[in-house]
Amino acid sequence: MAGELTSRSGVLPPPTERYTWLGWVQKNLFSTWYNALLTFFSLGLVYAILKPFTFWLLTQARWEVIEVNIRLLMAGQYPVEQLWRAWLCLHLLAATVGLSWGIWVRSRRWAGIGLLLLPLALAAFPNIGSSLRLHLLAMDGVALIAFGIGRLGGKSLQRTAIGAWVLYFPLVLLIIRGINSGKGPFPIVGTNLWGGLLLTFLLTVVGISFSFPIGVLLALGRRSRLPAIRWTSIIYIEVIRGVPLVTILFMASTMVPLFLPSGIRPDRVLRAMIGITMFSAAYLAENVRGGLQAIPHGQYEAAHALGLSGFQTMTLIILPQALRTVIPVLMGLFIALYKDTSLVVTIGLLDLLGISRSILAQPKFVGYQHEVFLFISLIYWVFSYFMSYISQRLEVALGVGER
Amino acid sequence: MKKSQTFGDRTLFAVWRDERFLRLLGQIVFLVILATFLGYLARNMLNNLRQQGMGLGFDFLPLTAGFDIGEHLIPYDRSQTYLRAFEVGLLNTALVAGLGIFFATILGVFFGIARLSSNFLIQAIARAYIEFLRNMPLLVLLIFLYTGIFIQFPKVRQAITLPGPVLISNRGIAIPWGTPTDTFPLFVRILGIGILLAITLSLGLSWFGRRTGRAPLVWLWSILIFIAAAVAGWIALPSAPLKLDAPTVQGLRLAGGQQLSPEFMALLSGLVVYTSAFIADVVRSGILAVSRGQVDAAKSLGMSGFHIMRLIVFPQALRVIVPPLTSQYLNLTKNSSLAVAIGYPELFHVAGTVNNQSGRAVEVIVLVMSIYLSISLITSAFMNWYNRRVRLVER
Repeated sequence: MAGELTSRSGVLPPPTERYTWLGWVQKNLFSTWYNALLTFFSLGLVYAILKPFTFWLLTQARWEVIEVNIRLLMAGQYPVEQLWRAWLCLHLLAATVGLSWGIWVRSRRWAGIGLLLLPLALAAFPNIGSSLRLHLLAMDGVALIAFGIGRLGGKSLQRTAIGAWVLYFPLVLLIIRGINSGKGPFPIVGTNLWGGLLLTFLLTVVGISFSFPIGVLLALGRRSRLPAIRWTSIIYIEVIRGVPLVTILFMASTMVPLFLPSGIRPDRVLRAMIGITMFSAAYLAENVRGGLQAIPHGQYEAAHALGLSGFQTMTLIILPQALRTVIPVLMGLFIALYKDTSLVVTIGLLDLLGISRSILAQPKFVGYQHEVFLFISLIYWVFSYFMSYISQRLEVALGVGER
Repeated sequence: MKKSQTFGDRTLFAVWRDERFLRLLGQIVFLVILATFLGYLARNMLNNLRQQGMGLGFDFLPLTAGFDIGEHLIPYDRSQTYLRAFEVGLLNTALVAGLGIFFATILGVFFGIARLSSNFLIQAIARAYIEFLRNMPLLVLLIFLYTGIFIQFPKVRQAITLPGPVLISNRGIAIPWGTPTDTFPLFVRILGIGILLAITLSLGLSWFGRRTGRAPLVWLWSILIFIAAAVAGWIALPSAPLKLDAPTVQGLRLAGGQQLSPEFMALLSGLVVYTSAFIADVVRSGILAVSRGQVDAAKSLGMSGFHIMRLIVFPQALRVIVPPLTSQYLNLTKNSSLAVAIGYPELFHVAGTVNNQSGRAVEVIVLVMSIYLSISLITSAFMNWYNRRVRLVER
């Protein structure tokens, strides 16, 4: 900037349009006669939809089905006395998010406050237990402390934060599953007890963390000059992308036991995880390949001229740039993965959707479909909307398409 | 020094250092490892199957299926073969996918354009619709539509009657339908002639367009002439080729008309609504991709708004829209397999039943996967052909 003739600060920005509210209404709602017509029509439509819905929400909806089953919906049949481990994971998440926010985001104050308000809002519900409320408040506290540390540490903590994110996912698996079978602090909890939102999250986490390395390898394989490797990757990617996820889950649940030596029977959750990882690796490979193709050939040549080996060129020059450009696309993929984990109900797992179905199958709760489905779609919606918001922010922050 | 020795040394080095050789070696090692791994899996599978007393092969397909399928487009009953059951499932998939693609496109284009409206309220509604559906799992939507709406309608006796008459009950929806009379085969022939006429006209018009540089509305005229032929045929025939068959309530069930089961309706409406949100986004980004300068240039040439849309914006937007649109169509087709959760007998659901009946998991999954795979490959072959055809030819 310094070398330019006019400095940026000396130039005034173009004038922005300003309206009175009446002017705004005139421009955006009643600019022409058919726009006015459309406005009245859509006002009527909104009224026709919202009025019965609000009426139902305020007077007829019976939320006791959620109240009674909240633990099942959140954690399935995970033992009550071990639930603190799930909370531990959430606290760690709050800490990591807080730290990263302090280091990178800084300026977006309102989004951060909104995020902090979420646990507070949940804690404000009248009917939740006091330990639950304490945990929610503690999450905010942890996040704030981590935010402060990140703010103070600044750039020097970047590596720590990245390391924390990389370590977070395996750590969560370890905490939830447990280490020792005996009476230690982390007894193993069988996967048949995992359920509800917890299982949905774990499937997503496993899908993301394992499909990422496999997908990158497949993408590199597809661009390899060695025909054997290239064709193996192409066949794998195209076959997986050509079939629906349910068929892969079905295959994983019926055929994985067949493929292993007799006697070894992995449990159903593990099979679902294998299926989901296999599936999303193929899609991830295609996305990463897009990023690899966007790297100009000069980068390879420059690395070659510097005397870097093929492996060094990939890990030091090409992949960091390629992955950086595809991060927003990958976020989109992870959102899809998060939504797709709901398909494990077809092989009988009790994730958020599965456990809702089994709650609704109890004679006590027949006829509560609307409440339960509204609740779980809200949960699905909030998290995937949050992820897509992050991906939009990342796109701006990383300057994708600008450099 | 001694020439031959140097040469010998070089060949010795060449084997180790020659990149071509190393590449070949690497590939051979890779293939051997892959083959060993796959062989290991296959051997385990054969062992396991032998222990369960089962073989491998498609010899079970001509056996009697022994299960019923609720909805079938071709005659089917439980005494027919597994192969026939698969055909029934495949046709049901094709039916849902075809109808789903049709309606999802209409709804998606509508919301995609609404999203770009200059009217704030319309834009906001379209945006809420798209964002709501895009961030929600399809399966949740399907199960909700099925258990929360379509089987919650009143019982058959108290069926809601809409003008038409359309009957809505918890056992399904019945709409009026035409039953063919004896002049129907003749009418089909007239329709065939209509299609021929339409094709001839469209060819002629596009030839005229290329000759003169005018752009006649090829599609519009072709469709009009087809409709004209159909109407003329209907009137000219001595008796109407289709008789209106209105649905009625008969005892505990609906009779007459075309019956649409709750499973079918839930699956179709779920797929349509869900996919339409994605199509809306595709349409929106396609229209936005046409650069502003194109519209300005067209305006400065004095073109009307309709002509700008039809000749400038639309053809260029289509180039951007068609590839992702095709993949949305493919997604819809693949997503129809989620019907397994609500019990509509499409391909995957039938395959699951066949697996339960025959115990041939491996063969069934191979069959189903290859069917879906061939649908995908055909679609992507079409997409490549289209991309080549509409590719921008730059200087």
